[in-house]
Amino acid sequence: MKSLFLAAGMVGALMLAFIVPAATEAQDAVIAFGPKNASRINTVLIRGSTDIGAFAPILKHFSERVPDLKITYEERSTNDIYRLAEDACKTGKGGADLLISSSIDQQIKLVNDGCAQAHSSPGTEALPAWSNWRNEVFGLTYEPAVMVYNRQLLASDEVPLSRFDLIDLLRPAGNRFIGRIATYDIEESGLGYLFAFADSQQATTFGRLIEALGRSKVVATCCSAEIIDAVAEGKYLIAYNLLGSYALARAARDKRIGVIAPTDYTLILSRAALVPKRAANPDAAKQFIDFALSEAGRSILSDASLIVSLGNTMNQGAQNLHATPPNLRPIAFTPALLVGLDRQKRKLFVRRWHASIK
Amino acid sequence: MILVAGAVAVTLAALEYGRQAAQEAYDRLLAGAAFQISRSVSVDDSEVVVDLPVSAFELLALAPNDRVVYRLMDSNGATITGREDVPPPRKISRDTIYYSASVTGETYRLASIKRQFVERAYIGDVTIIVGHTMRARSELAWDIAQNALWIVLVAGGVLVALTVFAVRLALRPLRRIERALLARDPKDLSQLDVNAPHEVKAMIAAIDRFMARLARRVTIMQNLIADATHQLRTPIAALRAQAELAAGETDPARLRAIAARIHNRAVGLSRLTDQLLNQALVIHRSDAAEQNIIDLRTVVMQASEDSDHDTLSSSTDLRLDLPENPVYVRGDALSLGEATKNLINNAFRYGEPPILLTLRNAQTSEISVTDYGPGIPESDWPDSGRRFARIAGSAPGSAGLGLAIVNAVAEAHSGSLDFSRNADGQFVATLKLPPASEEKP
Repeated sequence: MKSLFLAAGMVGALMLAFIVPAATEAQDAVIAFGPKNASRINTVLIRGSTDIGAFAPILKHFSERVPDLKITYEERSTNDIYRLAEDACKTGKGGADLLISSSIDQQIKLVNDGCAQAHSSPGTEALPAWSNWRNEVFGLTYEPAVMVYNRQLLASDEVPLSRFDLIDLLRPAGNRFIGRIATYDIEESGLGYLFAFADSQQATTFGRLIEALGRSKVVATCCSAEIIDAVAEGKYLIAYNLLGSYALARAARDKRIGVIAPTDYTLILSRAALVPKRAANPDAAKQFIDFALSEAGRSILSDASLIVSLGNTMNQGAQNLHATPPNLRPIAFTPALLVGLDRQKRKLFVRRWHASIK
Repeated sequence: MILVAGAVAVTLAALEYGRQAAQEAYDRLLAGAAFQISRSVSVDDSEVVVDLPVSAFELLALAPNDRVVYRLMDSNGATITGREDVPPPRKISRDTIYYSASVTGETYRLASIKRQFVERAYIGDVTIIVGHTMRARSELAWDIAQNALWIVLVAGGVLVALTVFAVRLALRPLRRIERALLARDPKDLSQLDVNAPHEVKAMIAAIDRFMARLARRVTIMQNLIADATHQLRTPIAALRAQAELAAGETDPARLRAIAARIHNRAVGLSRLTDQLLNQALVIHRSDAAEQNIIDLRTVVMQASEDSDHDTLSSSTDLRLDLPENPVYVRGDALSLGEATKNLINNAFRYGEPPILLTLRNAQTSEISVTDYGPGIPESDWPDSGRRFARIAGSAPGSAGLGLAIVNAVAEAHSGSLDFSRNADGQFVATLKLPPASEEKP
């Protein structure tokens, strides 16, 4: 318990240290480690969707291991990462050396289209089959999709431990949750779409769930940080399908935030890393992947709540929850994820979503 | 060499088998996915809609490391969804079509099926193409081939082991024969008594035949040695006695008489030795010499010239009576010549000249010697062919081997030695031989 507070404190400090200077650069933040001026061969450009604050520690530790290497990290939206990578794959221009995105489906599509190169090492070999496809895309993190709630405004017997509980909670007409439930906007957020699509595959409750959410006039909005802030302030009572890494880091230092790993099933997301086919410095990129998969790297990611060990950590943000072992469903790195990206499928899915959720 | 060629052939066969099996297995996977997708195609108010089923892609993901492509086209060839760069099959058919094509530089195996729609908004076909790369196929093919090779290898090993076992088992009688032969007393030439399967019987029979011949030869040798010892001991002892007598004698006249006796004895001994050796030769040849078709006239003429009768009597005393046509028999010329000479010599020695040597070709080929002496008494005829059958009236210098040799030759040629008296009461000794069949030399 202590270590998590400590880690969270560290993350907070780092956030302050790095976000502030980068905030000037449009929406995207950039951070660099190592020598200021380095030849291209000694430079590695990493493009990722992870918050700089959460990702800086592992970059810093990596930089200490390779002091001659200039490491640049660009934080971008998943859609940007995909679009830039697709262009780079076709034209060979504007590409990064390493892409780390939470939109696994888009990463899988890049691999399927032959835009990635293979890498094999003891670290990648040790990965479970679901988080390694073709030795071209690797899962670096382990983050549950969770429900976040306001601990002050929700009585302990009201806290929904599963989706069924949530549906039941929203059922009574004129309940106080109307307009106070939030989730990602699946049209805006790649991650939100990925989670929603995975939900639709996992259980037959999905229809009833979006119906219940729709009746409660769920607010589909953007961005983990904003949603969690709003839950803390009491604007929303419950947020559904948020990324556990952010929620847990926040819950560790904000008593108002409670986190639930749903007991019916908990989706697990592993951020997908791939080295583009036309990367200028693939060796450094692969070196970073191996570091992230190493014992040391995993421990750093763990401290940043990017690798969540469920069953222990979970209850720290939600002390009043029973420690029921959650039913974990990792989102597997398979071509089946391509279905969600299909033009027509996406259109149909979004249409179905909006039929319930306006 | 054969093994290496066999191994190469088996390996190639296994690889091809594996390739085909893997192809078939994964083609079905593709077809299954394409079919599932085709079921998800529908036509709504205005257009063709595809609600791509995840299960179809989960099916494709059974080839876990292969890239996937798909494309749905309407009857105008426009892409409804999926990748535009996936090539359609060359020929259009209603059935499932499998084909290979390159998409962005990589080889894909593709399956294509068609579904027909007759709706208000759309009338025509929808072509569904699904494909994946070949990695899983190659792996499976190699796997199957390896397994097949293992099976073949194991089966081959078992077969070799069985063969070795079977050969050992089959050759066990030979080991028994070997042991039986080794365990035998060196003098034991009796028939082999070994339990053996039918296949080995022939060999045992051959060994037995060989042993029988060997036994016969050994017996002959033993007889010969026994004869020689027996026959030579007496004259040599007599010679030694005479020589000892001579050593102690001083009177020249008596010495001369002793020398004359020694000479007589020596001549008798040399004749005996000759006959013994002749008999040994004839007997040896009867067993070993190759038998050819020969003309008996030549044999008889040669014998009449070679016989030593001229030392006994004048040359005019032997008359030849030969037919004009050749008389063919199958036999050994040397043995037959020796036998004829013996008959002639016997006639000169014991009979009265003139001697008549006749060759006749009747049912059997007959060489007859007729003389004017008293001949062998009828009571002694049956015994005359035996060795050392010293007959009453025979000369003291004779060893009694002459007729035995003739008899042996007759037997070796499947013939016989007969005695008779002709119309004039004269003694006739006849060597009868079976004529050679129609063949010419």
